[in-house]
Amino acid sequence: MFSPVAEDETRTRTIETGHLLLLLTPALLIILVLFGGGLLLGTLQALSSQPFTEKNALTFAHFTAVLADPDFATSFALTLYIATVSTLVAVIASVVVAISLVRCSAGNRVLNFFLQIPLTVPHLVIAISLLLLLAPTGILSRLCSFLGISKGAASFPLLVNDPYAIGILLTYIWKEIPFITFMILAVLKNSGNELNEVGRTLRANSWQRFRHITLPLIAPSLGAAGFIVFAFTFGAFEVPYLLGRTYPMVLPVWAYKNYTDIDLMARPEGIAIGLIIAAIATCSLLLSQGLMQLARRQREYPGE
Amino acid sequence: MNKRSVLIGLGIIVAVVIPFLPLLLWSVSDQWFYPALLPQQFGLRGWQYIMTTAGQQITEGLVQSTSLALVTTCCSLLVALPAARALGLYSFPGKKLIGLFLLLPIIVPPLCVSMGYHLWFIRIGLAETFAGVVMAHLTFCLPYTIFVLWGVFTDYNPDFEYQARSLGASPIQVLINVTLPMILPGICIAALFSFLLSWSQYLSTLIIGGGRLLTLPILLFALMDSGDRPVAAAVSLVFVIPALFALVANAHFLGRQGMTGVR
Repeated sequence: MFSPVAEDETRTRTIETGHLLLLLTPALLIILVLFGGGLLLGTLQALSSQPFTEKNALTFAHFTAVLADPDFATSFALTLYIATVSTLVAVIASVVVAISLVRCSAGNRVLNFFLQIPLTVPHLVIAISLLLLLAPTGILSRLCSFLGISKGAASFPLLVNDPYAIGILLTYIWKEIPFITFMILAVLKNSGNELNEVGRTLRANSWQRFRHITLPLIAPSLGAAGFIVFAFTFGAFEVPYLLGRTYPMVLPVWAYKNYTDIDLMARPEGIAIGLIIAAIATCSLLLSQGLMQLARRQREYPGE
Repeated sequence: MNKRSVLIGLGIIVAVVIPFLPLLLWSVSDQWFYPALLPQQFGLRGWQYIMTTAGQQITEGLVQSTSLALVTTCCSLLVALPAARALGLYSFPGKKLIGLFLLLPIIVPPLCVSMGYHLWFIRIGLAETFAGVVMAHLTFCLPYTIFVLWGVFTDYNPDFEYQARSLGASPIQVLINVTLPMILPGICIAALFSFLLSWSQYLSTLIIGGGRLLTLPILLFALMDSGDRPVAAAVSLVFVIPALFALVANAHFLGRQGMTGVR
């Protein structure tokens, strides 16, 4: 279940239906109207042949035009590459950082503070700062030519607007590591060290303790945090817009370009791309939910 | 503390601080041609520009961004608190589905939704208005607030409320003297979270605000296009400072709990 807490089957506190409705209705109404309404109206516009005129007919033309475009596959691959690599690196680094933070409780307050700084820095700002740092005439390139490693801007490797999207990946990794770290730190701090000590008395080595004690403990929140990061990077606009190449574009940038095109007919295509992004995010959520349930069943009834 | 954790700690601090160096250096440079490692001429042209020539615009951007984020945060908290209480404290049929639905906007990018209701907002006169942009921000700030407060309410024990009631406290007194103090750290985290999300939002503000609501991110994007690096660096720092200030203020209050769940 995609929720901030592990499922608690023992919670049996109940509530009158009337009171429950009173608590939930405002939130449900807002999400239904703004989020559901937005998606529904977007779908209607993406499905209509001429959305800005009276003579309208339902058509899949805009969706097929997008999906049949040879650029779709390249854009999709680039978006998936950026989201997957940045999420994987951030997840692995966060596990290392969180475990070392729990082990050395002495310097915790200072480190905790520093680790919180990236949470407050908008993506836009960190993208600009990495642009000033990594561009061919950026500070890193100046440092390299100062130390005699490279000979000027032309021989410095391309780190922004580059085919491997290094600048974009670094921005996301810098920004997302603290988010994932704090999500799993909450679990690690609450669970205490007893289980690890038990593992130690049973002569489990550090890898075994990590694999069979720590990892199962943090897996649910690690999965949820990783998924939020993946979905965010898949649908984010600012960072690839600033640090990406002009071709191929990631899906969100392509959607926005189409949406603001002077040709009004490109607009429904932009919305169609947006809806495809939404569908991919939702489908991967359902898929990961299903996989998690499958894994849980395997653990509970092995060999079934 | 062993050597390895010192090394990791130092690594974290260096990695966090490095991206601020280019911003600081560029914001105080008047002349900095490639390949000089440090500016040939230090100066405050960038800062002077945003204080004087563009001063009014930057101030308006700050006010606009702050008021948008504050209004969005208040609305999110008001609506999210009851919903999170229901989700965190009680079990009821359909809870999984309702929870999933309320959190779904977290994973669907704001871009898709904003493009969808843009035309509708134009028709009912909400486009290019403050209220319209608040609603656009609310679409994804509310789910994140529910996400944080849901976690807060699962650790909350409502029995204290019953005790206060049996001692003769009115529902309002219970709310002010029992419930709110107990969940205050959680509310602070959720508020900071929602504030930062709205504060750094660019695309949905641009689509719904239509360039009429000049928030800081929108000004910053325009500056990056103009290519004036010292000014863009100075504005970037202005953009970070209020959030950093909120962090410092909160760090003392929240203590070790930190900002779990904030991104």
